[in-house]
Amino acid sequence: MRVGVITFPGTLDDRDAARAVVVGGAEAVSLWHGDADLKSVDAVILPGGFSYGDYLRCGAISRFAPVMQLVIDAANKGMPVLGICNGFQVLCESHLLPGALTRNADLHFLCRAQEIEIINNQTPWTSAFQKGEKVVIPLKNMEGAFQCDDQTLAMLEGEGRVIARYVGENPNGSRNLIAGITNAKGNVVGLMPHPEHAINELTGPSAQGLGFFTSILNAMVK
Amino acid sequence: MALDTVAIAQSSPDTSQPFAELGLKPDEYARIKEILGRRPTSSELAMYSVMWSEHCSYKSSKVHLKQFGEKAPKSDVLLVGIGENAGVVDVGQGYAVTFKIESHNHPSFVEPYQGAATGIGGIVRDILTMGARPIAVMDPLRFGPADAPDTRRVLPGIIAGVGGYGNCLGLPNIGGEVTFDETYAGNPLVNALCVGVMKHSDIKLAKAAGAGNLVVLYGAKTGGDGIGGVSVLASETFGAGGSTKRPSVQVGDPFVEKVLIECSLEIFAEDLVVGIQDLGGAGLSCATSELASGGSGGMKVQLDKVPLRDPSLSPEEILMSESQERMCAIVEPSKIARFLEICKKWDVTVTVIGEVTDGKHLEITWNGELIVDVPPRTVAHDGPVYNRPLAQPAYIDQVNGQKVNVPIPVSTAEIKAAVLKLAAAPNLADKSWVTSQYDKYVQGNTIQSQPDDSGMVRIDETTHLGVAISTDANANWSYLNPYQGAKLALAEAARNIATAGARPLAVTNCLNFGSPEDPGVMWQFAESVRGLADGCLEMGLPVTGGNVSFYNQTGSVAILPTPVIGVLGVIQDVRTRTPMSFNKAGLDLFLLGDTQEDLAGSEWAFLHNQRVGQSPDADLQREMRLIELLLEGNSFFAAAHDLSQGGLSAGLTEMVLRHKVGVTISLDNAGVNLISETPGRVLVAIDPSDNARLAGLANKNSIAITKLGITGGDSLTINDAVISLSELSTAHTSTFPKLFG
Repeated sequence: MRVGVITFPGTLDDRDAARAVVVGGAEAVSLWHGDADLKSVDAVILPGGFSYGDYLRCGAISRFAPVMQLVIDAANKGMPVLGICNGFQVLCESHLLPGALTRNADLHFLCRAQEIEIINNQTPWTSAFQKGEKVVIPLKNMEGAFQCDDQTLAMLEGEGRVIARYVGENPNGSRNLIAGITNAKGNVVGLMPHPEHAINELTGPSAQGLGFFTSILNAMVK
Repeated sequence: MALDTVAIAQSSPDTSQPFAELGLKPDEYARIKEILGRRPTSSELAMYSVMWSEHCSYKSSKVHLKQFGEKAPKSDVLLVGIGENAGVVDVGQGYAVTFKIESHNHPSFVEPYQGAATGIGGIVRDILTMGARPIAVMDPLRFGPADAPDTRRVLPGIIAGVGGYGNCLGLPNIGGEVTFDETYAGNPLVNALCVGVMKHSDIKLAKAAGAGNLVVLYGAKTGGDGIGGVSVLASETFGAGGSTKRPSVQVGDPFVEKVLIECSLEIFAEDLVVGIQDLGGAGLSCATSELASGGSGGMKVQLDKVPLRDPSLSPEEILMSESQERMCAIVEPSKIARFLEICKKWDVTVTVIGEVTDGKHLEITWNGELIVDVPPRTVAHDGPVYNRPLAQPAYIDQVNGQKVNVPIPVSTAEIKAAVLKLAAAPNLADKSWVTSQYDKYVQGNTIQSQPDDSGMVRIDETTHLGVAISTDANANWSYLNPYQGAKLALAEAARNIATAGARPLAVTNCLNFGSPEDPGVMWQFAESVRGLADGCLEMGLPVTGGNVSFYNQTGSVAILPTPVIGVLGVIQDVRTRTPMSFNKAGLDLFLLGDTQEDLAGSEWAFLHNQRVGQSPDADLQREMRLIELLLEGNSFFAAAHDLSQGGLSAGLTEMVLRHKVGVTISLDNAGVNLISETPGRVLVAIDPSDNARLAGLANKNSIAITKLGITGGDSLTINDAVISLSELSTAHTSTFPKLFG
């Protein structure tokens, strides 16, 4: 079971994501933004950070990285892809996921332990959770407010494609408290908070983020 | 302007030069002429002016700072000492840790976001330059009154700048300070600390050795930003009128720096450099002269090869530019191909601009014409040294002779009101509004961060080795007695490390003062340095480096003397650290150390506009015994929390709110005991079955202990005063959002 972790220039959480993959029980494979092959990985993670300095718009340049064309093709064929934070933004810019992430409602960078509720546990990244399970993982971003038009929102809600919601007060102005969504097939997931920073209680607010990484292992083994 | 070459300088000795506008005094200009045996070229003048500025040359502080060497304690942990970009400390298991604080005060007042951002950028490059991977940052900050209109301009910008840059570099921010006082209005203090880790064998130094080796400039292109930043900005008092000097502030791009870090670490890992220096204050002038004088002295540089963002820049401007995110490396010719290849991988601009020679001079040409020909040591190290006049200011006797006159809370209602007032005071209130703008999780090794007593990061995931850092200053005590103030700040920082169970190892400092041309300020400075050097000698903690920031004053009003002391400690297993608070009921809460009526310089006195009296004397022998007690007690302490600003009242507030577990205590003479700030005190929570162990440790180390009460419940109860946690929390957490939105 090989999980690729992409490093763009400006990616920050790649080593954390790789660590979480290993703790979750899979092999982490480093992928470089300029790579022309996916090194036979079974799944891909786009980690957090400020790829290409977030110039223009978050994720807007990364979507054109050579490796992303391969990711888009593989995702369309069903490969599990998880975009965390900046990775979520890249997935939206790549049109693998609908909507966009805009500046937090209060315009400040926000870093805190955030409770989220798992709404959809049918994806390869969320299957280790119970539906309705509440977990605490770090949220840290400047552009974390999920936005889309009413029609898209109705579609996401109607098709059960919201995979996680913030619990309590809306931290950033996301529509319907959306913390994460999936594509129509359910293999591509974008998540604003950071499960890779919650794999043990020593360095994170909980170990509950690990579920995203054990999920993918289970999904592949099945 | 026509090109001024060495040949022209020789043939036109009487040309008038703008040395005064560049910040040089007439005698300094005369000294340059004496060194060169002719007038300097305009490029040479530019180099000397920035390198001989107060900021770069330490000309007013050098005579005092040498005490850190003279009084250095015997220490076998120091791998690289004062003088390099940052000191390096042996933390065991083959690991070396480097850490340093620098100021970016003046730019942050002029342009808060960019000033603070590039402060982080500069200190991170200093750490990187030692060969280390930067692993965390901290930022002690000081502002004018919390409710002053200009603070609302300066503070949000500075916080956003610290966060904007540090977050984008992927460096966890693990602590710092936010303190308010009217003397910082117009002179905010932005101090930035960075810590990095490497293996012993990976340490890099700033030296250009080996004739024929190449001088390589890599990173961002050079632009017109920050020209003369050190000489014009950092070394002059702001006029009370406050004319802006915006063009002298650098503009940062953290993305470029992040790429530069990863690119450099890959270059270091393949051992491709002989020497390396970052370009910070004084830009290329500093990097070339320091690298050359770190080697045998000879270096040739073709300045016209420097890649420019603005092609209209003159050679003088290129030499002075403080454009960020640039590094200068010395590379053997056989390794240059691989060096260029790694830069290409990271899309980093890289240019060979010169070579090391076997001569003794730094020679810089512009399109083939010699424009600089200097002995590099005279630029980098032989700047002027001033033994400036100093005199104890008149205020000292005046304030020391007065007694603090503040209301002491007595009744139950007064006790409750005092605790709530302190909890909400801007200097003591919850700082989440600030720290939630900083990434503390990235890299996955953060064990402790604000509001813990110290920041702690793991450096080895297998052995669980970690380091802890705390920065502290008590400017009120330093104002009343700068000698004691510096010692007390050192003791507090060391204690903050030890409460978590880490052993203090080494010290860095950032000494923020007013104008050195004021004998009273100079006296404050001299006394602070003397206190810190004496304190470090007594505690056996070597000073690894530091930074001096003078001219923090508006008109004739100087800031409070603010020596910020950073202490680094090591912990063998981060999993065993003592947390700063308890998360369960039924624990016994003890106070370690006894309490005197120490109200001078306290937060309670500050809240009542009283800055008089005598600061406590630092009893470092007792502090060291307390540290031993804390380290030994680490094995059974459920929690330990340092008492400092705000005394017992603030300490209790912070502990009960951390995990929302209350405490009930009984206290004699509760008013004074709650607000006094007697140094050398720590609150610890232990299981009742460990009472005898604690008593044994206290006895062994001759530290007084007092059992205060028992944890549990949903209130902070002091005798008859019952303060619900929700009421206390509201007071503590509302202040910043109310002030800053």
